[in-house]
Amino acid sequence: MIVVKDLCKSFGDHLVLDGISERIRPGEKVVVIGPSGSGKSTFLRCLNLLETPTSGSITFEGQEITDPKADINAIRRQMGMVFQHFNLFPNMTIRKNITLAPVRTKLMTQAEADDTATALLKRVNLEEKADAYPAQLSGGQKQRIAIVRALAMKPKLMLFDEPTSALDPEMVGEVLEVMKELAEEGMTMVVVTHEMGFAREVGTRVLFMDQGHILEQNEPRFFFDNPREPRTIEFLSKVL
Amino acid sequence: MIQSLIDWLEGIGPRIHMAFFEADRWKLYLQGFGATMQLTVVALIFGVILGLVVAMVRTAHDQQRPGRRKNPLLGFLNALCQVYTTVIRGTPMLVQLFIWSFVILRAERNKILVGFVGLGVNSGAYVAEIIRGGLMSVDIGQTEAGRSLGLNYLDTMRFIVIPQAFKAILPSLGNEFITLFKDTSLVQAIGGMELLYYAYTLGGRTFDYMPPLIGIALMYLVVVIIFTWLQGKLERRLRQSDRR
Repeated sequence: MIVVKDLCKSFGDHLVLDGISERIRPGEKVVVIGPSGSGKSTFLRCLNLLETPTSGSITFEGQEITDPKADINAIRRQMGMVFQHFNLFPNMTIRKNITLAPVRTKLMTQAEADDTATALLKRVNLEEKADAYPAQLSGGQKQRIAIVRALAMKPKLMLFDEPTSALDPEMVGEVLEVMKELAEEGMTMVVVTHEMGFAREVGTRVLFMDQGHILEQNEPRFFFDNPREPRTIEFLSKVL
Repeated sequence: MIQSLIDWLEGIGPRIHMAFFEADRWKLYLQGFGATMQLTVVALIFGVILGLVVAMVRTAHDQQRPGRRKNPLLGFLNALCQVYTTVIRGTPMLVQLFIWSFVILRAERNKILVGFVGLGVNSGAYVAEIIRGGLMSVDIGQTEAGRSLGLNYLDTMRFIVIPQAFKAILPSLGNEFITLFKDTSLVQAIGGMELLYYAYTLGGRTFDYMPPLIGIALMYLVVVIIFTWLQGKLERRLRQSDRR
């Protein structure tokens, strides 16, 4: 579904991603972990071109998205993204947050989008919040809304950038629950997270990044039980 | 000491009468007030349009995706806008008005018209910086969220960034309105017939400057107070989405 070749990204003199090549297949749930500053968020943000790669190529469903002529808006419509800080639009109601993009991109009429929003809100048990504003919600509620806002575009792939890192501990569970359901429905997911339990339970593959490289990757049970690299062992001993 | 105060107070009634009511002089103040309001509103509209264009050019230029070839036209326009804001914000308003009146538009007899241009061009530079600051104050995550949903640049600006920026800049914009409103009095110096012009002329004619000048000072003050109150109401309405 996504093929990444020799992806490099530097901010000024600082090389954040150093020649990453990776392939993500449909239905996979790839969990990216690693110490802070290892480039995992930058890697994720390159996948939908929120960061422009310095060199290398990314292909999504056979289309090279790093080509300057690629229609980046059309590509982004097929990839949902969930941010650490939710990034709900504070000037709109929840319903409007969800329906704005499908309506403006002519994916749906306003009526269709409203129906979709209602169905999605019901799914995360927040239908009574449709007319509330983001400021009235808790962090966990905001993040669940952010997830369904992305789902309203009917994406083929979901990117999660540390979706639970800004949440109070007691709200982490409700967000992970939604992500777990999504995974069970077969959504292809790339998740940057510090939730090792989630990685082990939901992930089909774990990537460990350090200093701009993918140092080690494996199925979760092998990865957590038998890490090979010394750096991985050191990292896991600190977080587990 | 007290006697002189009493004498002064006794004289004040006739002086006010002479300044405002004799020969229907209040009509002249009203005329002047009309011109002042007209100057403010026209210059503000002109300034906001100019400011919005300049701010959009400058933010669009600054937010071009790195790694791609820069748009040369945008680069040129951006340079032009930078020269404009630098020159206008770097020179005194009165000097600018004199240059418009006596150099650039010296053939124009209607000095209020010259005032529209001078004040509008001046205000545009300040409004541009206010709007630019507002657009840049909106969290970059908002733009990223909009774009990641597949919205294009203009839709993201229109529905997400500009409404939030507008709320953020409203106090500064109100401030600019107040400054502009008071700065219209500078148009008197190039012979524009606005409020100060009439007060000053009538003061000269009646040999008594105090009542007309204090009178118009109060008029300016009342307008600013009313405007500040209206602005507060609008801000409260816009804060609707912040309530918890």
